[in-house]
Amino acid sequence: MSKSYFDETHCAIGHPKSTIMQWLLTIDHKRIGIMYAAVMFFFFFIAVSTAFLMRLELFAPGAQYIDGDTFNQAFTLHGVIMIFLFIVPGIPAIFGNIVMPLMIGAKDVSFPRLNWFTFWLYIIGCLIAVSSLWVGNGFADTGWTFYAPYSLTTGTNVIFTLVAAFVLGMASILTGLNFLVTIHRLRAPGMTFFKMPLFVWGIYATAWIQLLATPVVGITLILAIMEKYFGIGIFDPAKGGDPVLFEHLFWIYSHPAVYLMILPAFGIMSEIIPVFSRREIFGYRTIALSSASIAGIGYLVWGHHLYTSGMADIAKTIFSFLTFFVAIPTGIKFYDWIATMYKGKIVLSTPMLWALGTIITFTIGGLTGVTIAMIGVDIHLQDTYYTVAHFHYAMLGGVVFLLFAGMHYWFPLVTGKMYNEKHAKIAFYLNFVGFNVLWFPMFIAGYYGMPRRYFDYLPEFEIYHQISFVGAVIFIVGLVYMFVVLLKGWKSGEASGTNPWHATTLEWHMPSSPPPLENHSKVPYVDFNPYEYHHGEPVVKFNYETMKRID
Amino acid sequence: MSHEYIPEIAVDRDGNEHEVQGWQDDFYGGKLGFWLFMFTEVLMFGAMFMVLAYYNTLHPNEFIEASASLNRLLGGINTVILLVSALTMGLGLLKMRVGDVKGAKLMIWATILLAVAFLIIKGFEWTAEYNHGIFLMHGEMLPESGMAFGKKLFFGMYFSMTGLHGVHIIIGIGLMIWLLKRINAGKVSPEHHILYWNIALYWDIVHLIWVFVFPYYYMIGAGGVTGGH
Repeated sequence: MSKSYFDETHCAIGHPKSTIMQWLLTIDHKRIGIMYAAVMFFFFFIAVSTAFLMRLELFAPGAQYIDGDTFNQAFTLHGVIMIFLFIVPGIPAIFGNIVMPLMIGAKDVSFPRLNWFTFWLYIIGCLIAVSSLWVGNGFADTGWTFYAPYSLTTGTNVIFTLVAAFVLGMASILTGLNFLVTIHRLRAPGMTFFKMPLFVWGIYATAWIQLLATPVVGITLILAIMEKYFGIGIFDPAKGGDPVLFEHLFWIYSHPAVYLMILPAFGIMSEIIPVFSRREIFGYRTIALSSASIAGIGYLVWGHHLYTSGMADIAKTIFSFLTFFVAIPTGIKFYDWIATMYKGKIVLSTPMLWALGTIITFTIGGLTGVTIAMIGVDIHLQDTYYTVAHFHYAMLGGVVFLLFAGMHYWFPLVTGKMYNEKHAKIAFYLNFVGFNVLWFPMFIAGYYGMPRRYFDYLPEFEIYHQISFVGAVIFIVGLVYMFVVLLKGWKSGEASGTNPWHATTLEWHMPSSPPPLENHSKVPYVDFNPYEYHHGEPVVKFNYETMKRID
Repeated sequence: MSHEYIPEIAVDRDGNEHEVQGWQDDFYGGKLGFWLFMFTEVLMFGAMFMVLAYYNTLHPNEFIEASASLNRLLGGINTVILLVSALTMGLGLLKMRVGDVKGAKLMIWATILLAVAFLIIKGFEWTAEYNHGIFLMHGEMLPESGMAFGKKLFFGMYFSMTGLHGVHIIIGIGLMIWLLKRINAGKVSPEHHILYWNIALYWDIVHLIWVFVFPYYYMIGAGGVTGGH
């Protein structure tokens, strides 16, 4: 039995003997990815619990278990954790780290020590964020958007959250920087940009957004801190400042940030669909280039968050037009995926089920997004449950579902074991049904005028909240079930072998399973496309010792 | 470790050999990474310039009046100091590349001295402004004072931006002292000077930001003083 990356590692400082120190100091991209996953899912469940607390409170009109102020803090905690701690770093930090270097045939990322540092920067950010639950006058109650002027006047401990968001933003920038250099410098010989797997394209486009958009929100948060504690005046109407300017600066980052979340998720989809259709992907170049163009156009649409802020009509029209425009490359991808499946030999394994489920949920999330990109409709639906449902269909039903798809897809690669497929499929159906029951009623409630972030509501909305509650219970059961299945698989699953899915990309051509410390035994020469299938079988075969092609 | 690194060779199907770029000893990759990091600095200050430009269009006259009251002599001297320090930094890097380690260290010391001089002059400037009642959370800048909105916003941004720039200068001094230690330890040498290269790049961006800060804060109000427009 050869040694895997679980048995040995490189460390940032020295050569510690103890296993714990080896994990804490590791610079191996695979171990760092696993640690990110562990921390992120821990916080994910905290945020899920907070959301469930809110659902519980909203089961009936009036106050049940918590008061209005606690409710404000609860949705802020939910938003801050889900956005800054979980979904923004999410897929890049977990699978960008674990899989991307394997896909391009590299031994590690370009700056492994920086990667280690970034992980601990992320941990520091997390600690600052949650510490304000106990330090100062309670957790921020501003919502995760920290809108001025309220964030500047609230008595809660908003500064910790702002600092945390800045530190986490720093970590995000450094991750993106590391990946950009890695993708530019460390591709195996022969692998041109148009021979990269599409997940790498997704990570590449994402890394540019991380690098170019995050500094803007970073400085905005610093300016907000300066405003709150030094009174520089720029967001404070009492000194001639303009609070709406904060909203603009905030969304200049935070709208590209949603593309930053979805692009690597689309990358996972582009990996799973050809593998489980046993067919070369349809329109490789259009998918790759639409990732790049989504990243580009995504910068120019932030104004659609501010239709009701008194912006000029001409600006609203331009932002509305550009927002429609960004739906085009997204649509192209969906048609490409469906065309890939056409006449394919479809294998309905768990990762494929998650991917197909996402095609449904993200289509709902995406198309409802187009409706609220229209100025007139948005003025009716702004800040209602309709927008909340749209956001969760796109983010949870898109990004997180695909993160789960990737988790099931790469599980055998990371652990060398296989989970129980039957139970994993049951978990998927529970999640899928629970998800739709939870969020679909919110479209209707929102359309009839249920405002978001409200602690109380009129009696006629009760039925929607109660259906949502039932969905929430099913969904949480599904989530727990899924993680139990995966953890049991890791503990006592059967050995999976190096390539259980008959996939073609380089991460499945490892000499052993789980992979050894320095990945491929030799760096291969890449003279093939990432998804070559012939009659449902992978074309490219390797001798895993010499990494020479033997087909 | 990185000095003994021997790149791997990948062989294609025709038997041709291709050198593999590893993460070790990747001079170009180190440079690329730092250039990308410099992008983030540009965007950070870019966002602040955008805020400044927005308020400038709202209060053009008050901005010019506020700018006229800044000390152009001290600001100008500081600009010259930073430009010269960028020169010494660059010369030091050139010396290092031709193998003159001692000359390079001398040039780094010169850069550090110039940076400290910049901070001292900046300190005098801020002190004078404080004594005139213009400082964050103080005198004219308080919400209850009668100073015009445009001026308050101008000075608010002035202290934020020059303050953040000053933080960058302090970080730069720290980096240069660290660089000197690395040179003394033999970790940075004429053959292996990526760290030096990147710190020089950092110093360039710091002086370049000042090249934009100086005209926008000090020069827009200079018309009244020089008699021109």
